[in-house]
Amino acid sequence: MPGPGELGRPFRLAWLSLRIGALAELQYRVNFFLQLLQSLIALGTALAVLALVFSHTPELAGWSPDELLAVVGVHFLIGGVSGTVIQPSMLRMIEDIRRGTLDYVLAKPEDAQLLVSVREVRIWQAVDLLVGAVVLGVAVARLEGTVGVWDALGFAVALLLGAVMLYCFWLVLAVGAFWFVRIEFIVELFEGVYQAGRWPVSVYPDWLRLGFTFLVPLAFAVTVPAEGLTGRLDAATLAAAAAFTAFLVAATRLLWRAALRRYSGASA
Amino acid sequence: MVDFYLTVMRIAVAEQFQYRAANYAYTIGMIAEPVIYLVVWTTVADAQGGQVGGFTAGEFAAYYIVWTLVRTMNIVFTPYGWEERIRQGELSGMLLRPLHPIHYDIAYFAGWKLVAIVFWLPIAAVLSLIFRPQLEVTAVEAAVFVVAIWGAYLIRTMLLWLLGMVSFWTTRVSALYELYFTAELLLSGRLVPLALMPAWTLSLAELAPFQWTFSFPIEVLVGDLPVDRLLAGLGAQALWTAAGALGVALAWRAGVRRYTAVNN
Repeated sequence: MPGPGELGRPFRLAWLSLRIGALAELQYRVNFFLQLLQSLIALGTALAVLALVFSHTPELAGWSPDELLAVVGVHFLIGGVSGTVIQPSMLRMIEDIRRGTLDYVLAKPEDAQLLVSVREVRIWQAVDLLVGAVVLGVAVARLEGTVGVWDALGFAVALLLGAVMLYCFWLVLAVGAFWFVRIEFIVELFEGVYQAGRWPVSVYPDWLRLGFTFLVPLAFAVTVPAEGLTGRLDAATLAAAAAFTAFLVAATRLLWRAALRRYSGASA
Repeated sequence: MVDFYLTVMRIAVAEQFQYRAANYAYTIGMIAEPVIYLVVWTTVADAQGGQVGGFTAGEFAAYYIVWTLVRTMNIVFTPYGWEERIRQGELSGMLLRPLHPIHYDIAYFAGWKLVAIVFWLPIAAVLSLIFRPQLEVTAVEAAVFVVAIWGAYLIRTMLLWLLGMVSFWTTRVSALYELYFTAELLLSGRLVPLALMPAWTLSLAELAPFQWTFSFPIEVLVGDLPVDRLLAGLGAQALWTAAGALGVALAWRAGVRRYTAVNN
């Protein structure tokens, strides 16, 4: 248990771990350009799909083209967070569980959940953050009506909550490795489902919207922040997002503890 | 040769049947994509007074539900797997066999298809209950479809083998792969029925092999193609399979000379 003076310790530890991971990757400079190229191809695809949809209709479920551009921007931002830290660390954990090398993490005198969550960084994936920010900037500039301070603040809070929820979701998927060993497919599963976030959840029929809100927190992770920028976000939604985040954090913590009890180590 | 195929297919069936949970999760991840497209285009159709580009909501549903089976058939050895085959030296073992390694991939994934189709059936039933497709199929269309999905499988095997073999020359392949998959997404009918694409992309799609792996098999069932168009389509599939096989043969001969089994 950390003493009162050590409350900042987990953050310092996470920062240190991420920095080391980033430094290791920063040696490979060419990867920046390759990742940039790849992100631009992904952006081009997203824009082509938007153009195609809006060549047949002036608006989609009440969202204008520029507003959907904002959704694409948030989708890139959150996807960038996931791709930079969350996904690589979770995949590393799955591999560690399979090979029994999770022992090395558990042997350390720090919180294991924290350690596995910041274990690996793909710093060049952060290019998606850059692309997302630029797309968001363009979208906001083109939107009618200005984005006020409160909108921006609501957006920032919603984005942060969204990232945390996405982390919880990944962890729930990844701890599945403690029970079912062969779960590499969750990358496909995650990426397949994450694509749904490129559209505001109001597009989907009720049962899917519920699923994308509570089973896979896409609504909170992507749509809600975008609502913040397009003047749709009210305080009640933001409060619900905060409450649900708190619930998810607590629930994944319990799940993590239960999962660790299943782990039987390298010699198993 | 037939023996080899049957044996490898049997192994694939036995192996994949063990991983039922994995196969289901994989299928659900795959289903997300067409469901998204279906929902988006249904929304557009509703906003446009019931149809867009000649497609009603029920026809979109039919298109994307057939899509799921065609996509299942289309899953072949991933080009991303080549890096490992080369880096880990897995190819060395394959080279020792008397048969060209592509036969192993074709046979293994064909066997896997049999399992995947069994898993696909209940999913298709659920999707049909939810989205209510409008589908009228004649016996001829059904017969052509059964052939066309295997044609699509062969063409995509050849194309992705060609793409994967780029790894013989460079390991920095992901941007190239993304570009390829984008082109495929837009020009194959995977994203949207080709009839909804702008006219200029259609002439591009005509030149590319992609439409024979998605659009054609789907349209066979969903569309109203006359018999001569159906047969011409199968002919085009045969031609692209042959062209792909030729490409694979040439690239393989050049690539294997560069192969040094880095890790061994």
